[in-house]
Amino acid sequence: MQKNIICVACPMGCGVTVELDDNGAILSVTGNTCKRGDAYARTEITNPVRSLATTVKVEGGIFNVVPCKSAGALPKDKIFECMEVINNTSAKAPVKLGDVLVADILGTGIDIVATNHCPIK
Amino acid sequence: MNYDVAVIGAGVIGSLIARELSRYNIKVALVEKCNDMAMATSKANSAIVHAGFDAKPGSMKAKMNVAGTALMPELCKTLSVPFKPVGSLVVAFSDEEMVTLKELLERGIGNGVPDLEIYDAAKLREKEPFISEEAKGALWAPSAGIVCPYELTIAAVENAVVNGVEFIRNFEVKKIDFADGVFTVSNGESKINTKYVVNAAGVFCDEIAALIGDDSIHTIPRKGEYMLCDKSIGHLANHTIFQCPSKMGKGILVTPTVDGNLLIGPSALDIEDKTDVTTTAGTLADVLTAAKRSVPCLTTREVITSFAGLRAHCTRDDFIIEPSEKNSQFINVAGIESPGLSSAPAIGLYVKDMLIKELGAEEKADFKAEREEPVRFRHMSNEERKALIEKNPAYGRIICRCETITEGEILDAIHAPAGARDVDGVKRRTRAGMGRCQGGFCGSKVVELLARELGVEINEITKCGGNSKILYERTK
Amino acid sequence: MLNYDIVVIGGGPAGMAAALKAKECGVDSILILERAETLGGILEQCIHTGFGLHYFGEELSGPEYADRFIELVKEKEIEYKTDTMALEITENNVVYAVNKTDGLLEIQAKAVILAMGCRERPRGALNIAGSRASGVMSAGTAQKYVNIDGYMPGKKVVILGSGDIGLIMARRMTLEGAEVKVVCELMPYSSGLTRNIVQCLDDFNIPLRLSCTVIGIHGKDRVEGVTIANVDENRRPIPGTEEYIECDTLLLSVGLIPENELTRAVGIQLDPVTSGAVVDENRETSHKGVFACGNVLHVHDLVDYVTLESQTAGEGAAKYVLGGGEEPEYITTKGVSGVRYIVPQKVNIKNEGDVKLYFRVGQVYKNAKTVVKYNGEEIISKKRPRLAPGEMESVIIKNDMLKKFAEGGVIEISVEE
Repeated sequence: MQKNIICVACPMGCGVTVELDDNGAILSVTGNTCKRGDAYARTEITNPVRSLATTVKVEGGIFNVVPCKSAGALPKDKIFECMEVINNTSAKAPVKLGDVLVADILGTGIDIVATNHCPIK
Repeated sequence: MNYDVAVIGAGVIGSLIARELSRYNIKVALVEKCNDMAMATSKANSAIVHAGFDAKPGSMKAKMNVAGTALMPELCKTLSVPFKPVGSLVVAFSDEEMVTLKELLERGIGNGVPDLEIYDAAKLREKEPFISEEAKGALWAPSAGIVCPYELTIAAVENAVVNGVEFIRNFEVKKIDFADGVFTVSNGESKINTKYVVNAAGVFCDEIAALIGDDSIHTIPRKGEYMLCDKSIGHLANHTIFQCPSKMGKGILVTPTVDGNLLIGPSALDIEDKTDVTTTAGTLADVLTAAKRSVPCLTTREVITSFAGLRAHCTRDDFIIEPSEKNSQFINVAGIESPGLSSAPAIGLYVKDMLIKELGAEEKADFKAEREEPVRFRHMSNEERKALIEKNPAYGRIICRCETITEGEILDAIHAPAGARDVDGVKRRTRAGMGRCQGGFCGSKVVELLARELGVEINEITKCGGNSKILYERTK
Repeated sequence: MLNYDIVVIGGGPAGMAAALKAKECGVDSILILERAETLGGILEQCIHTGFGLHYFGEELSGPEYADRFIELVKEKEIEYKTDTMALEITENNVVYAVNKTDGLLEIQAKAVILAMGCRERPRGALNIAGSRASGVMSAGTAQKYVNIDGYMPGKKVVILGSGDIGLIMARRMTLEGAEVKVVCELMPYSSGLTRNIVQCLDDFNIPLRLSCTVIGIHGKDRVEGVTIANVDENRRPIPGTEEYIECDTLLLSVGLIPENELTRAVGIQLDPVTSGAVVDENRETSHKGVFACGNVLHVHDLVDYVTLESQTAGEGAAKYVLGGGEEPEYITTKGVSGVRYIVPQKVNIKNEGDVKLYFRVGQVYKNAKTVVKYNGEEIISKKRPRLAPGEMESVIIKNDMLKKFAEGGVIEISVEE
């Protein structure tokens, strides 16, 4: 089986083709123009991850929501599940930048942290 | 509620009629189907006060135009509405059109238009340096001017309300019954009773008349599309520049606006849908092409917005200002297309005279003719600004960066008599959101202020009433 | 009348970096004027990550990037006034500004740094036909509603323009439960970063239609749909390719324009291509003592470059205030064949350091060369595997090279395929 991906390791945007066997093991990576492309393609095929940035509801703050992000990359296929958890979370003002709003989200080992301050109203 | 007169339609015509009636000791309702006044033809037209040489001598159009234009400067002063007596030029591009100018001149003299003059090419160029090389000459009409049509309407309603008129928004007239000399006007949910009805419903005049069985009026919406250009090219026209009129109307004009922008348009297309104010790419391209005939250096680069308005053209081809044949207590004010804005002050007086006689009404001693001038921070000197902010700090917070509109002005607009209830209402009253960024930055701040002052959630605020809401529910 | 050595107009990333650098260079009397309620500028609503990779070597969100500078501004005790709008700059560098608490401020500055940022092009500039229903807004306005106010501006969304803000908002709206039906791009290529196309569109199966635009907006009160159509090489809609798409929202991400109203009003010379001021290597404008940096000077793709540029301006303003320096001797820079513009537009050859020239190309190139010529003679040539309009390029003119130039000379940068 073949999978085509676009490498985003740098602005070049190379089209990379990954050849897989029936068990999903990588046979070859072609089309990349550098080593970083090879590495990116391998991770993207075996365990694609994304960082997530969104907002969390705040009670009693000057804003309704405070921005947050995942402190590390999350499995790509868990992004919407994580959104659900985050949407059901609410923080109490004051929120400080760096506060952990959701610890170890979905057992991924990754925290969701505030990326701005939200003082009390 | 019981009224002596119910005016249907808060356009410039209905509003000025209501204001004239507010001088008298009668109960007047101004009934509007939208969330604000000036929501149709009165907010989207050429904003021109015509000199009055176009209309057929002896027609209502001719009479009302010349009389209305004469009244306009004083009325605008009284109501603190910007009016600029810039004068107009009808430009001729051929010897035949020079002949047309002579005809217009003579017609104008017949209509009583003052100080008309024909310019040769050199004199024209002196007046309008950016005019086409092809121009052979022009008819100069110094009595013409420009006015902001929705500001005039807003001011008229505010002043009418101060003098006791009730402004009823979001009341779409669906049914009119007549019994024992009194009309019952209904929107399907609530009703008002009134002895007289003034039908000033613009393109919907025929439908309102039909509610009492009067089928004599046939309104054809005639769409006109416009482009509004940035102030940076406002200098391309010093006066209203017309081309020679044709069967299609007065043609494409290029004119300054009272705010210093440049307006070009309108196209003219008869349509069926009375709510269709969509613009079309092809028509706007044609408008530009036609406008470039007058001022060749125009481009789309400086266009900040485009819009369309409907003229309430009637098959009778003249203003209809008379009691209905079906009921003498029902006054039709229909077919008020161009020069309707110019005629509006005169129509207000004319309809007032008709009704006052019938009602035997008397003038109120406490009528307040003047409308206080709204604060215009952008036009003030720094000393004036300083004093203003000391009195009220809200004038120290700029909300609209492009037009330099303060929070204080927006609060004034919301709390004015018949004040703004939606974002476009704030925009028309203050110019917040009318500049280069078209509300990109200040739009959300205006929404916040409206919500705060009206005591509602921000997602209840609309752009222009009805279902035009801006925000859905909270994200979380 | 207040007196400051440097007044910085704008407390976003540009203004803060400029002020901090000026302080570091020895100027203590600095005032930042910010029109919003907080410092940070547009970064406050850019909650996605990807900021700071070059400058801090880590991926930060917009508010985090801004916060690092806000903390420094506070720590270094640089004065600032928020909710304060600059109204006018005079010939003599007097700045007039207003706010609720001070009223009208009259501030005499020795130097002024312009850092007002940019605004989004509105619908009017595109002249899209159709109704004026609600639900048409710039992507940045929608971003503020979602990320700061916490309200959804729409449920079914079409986005016109594949600039980075458009792409970012496609993902953001999707994550918050909206359906983004399509992103249309007038040009045959996206002006956004490739990583954003992959992570914001491809990840969520949002189609990107190139050479395609919105030609009609439908709906009486609220948007009910749009008509899109493919365009030919002259960017004109191709008849027969029209397609109706049901939606309640149209987001526009069709370009940014530097906010130069104050600049224009005081008569500072502007570059018609960048829509920003014409500046020298210190980012000094044609008006003595007035400097410009960040998106008000030219639109940047990365905030990291804004920071670097603003430090240059801050240093320049500090030097100006602290005095010294002889009359400059300028050479000019000019983008030709493929290069749309170069900043700075002029360079003082008496400058004592190297000078970095930033430039943008007009289309996508693969395996091309950027060539720098001085008075027609090639002085630098760089092979570039990929050049794109969305990504800023730069080249350094070494000081020893600069010393060989003569006043009035011209540096040209071009792309050779």
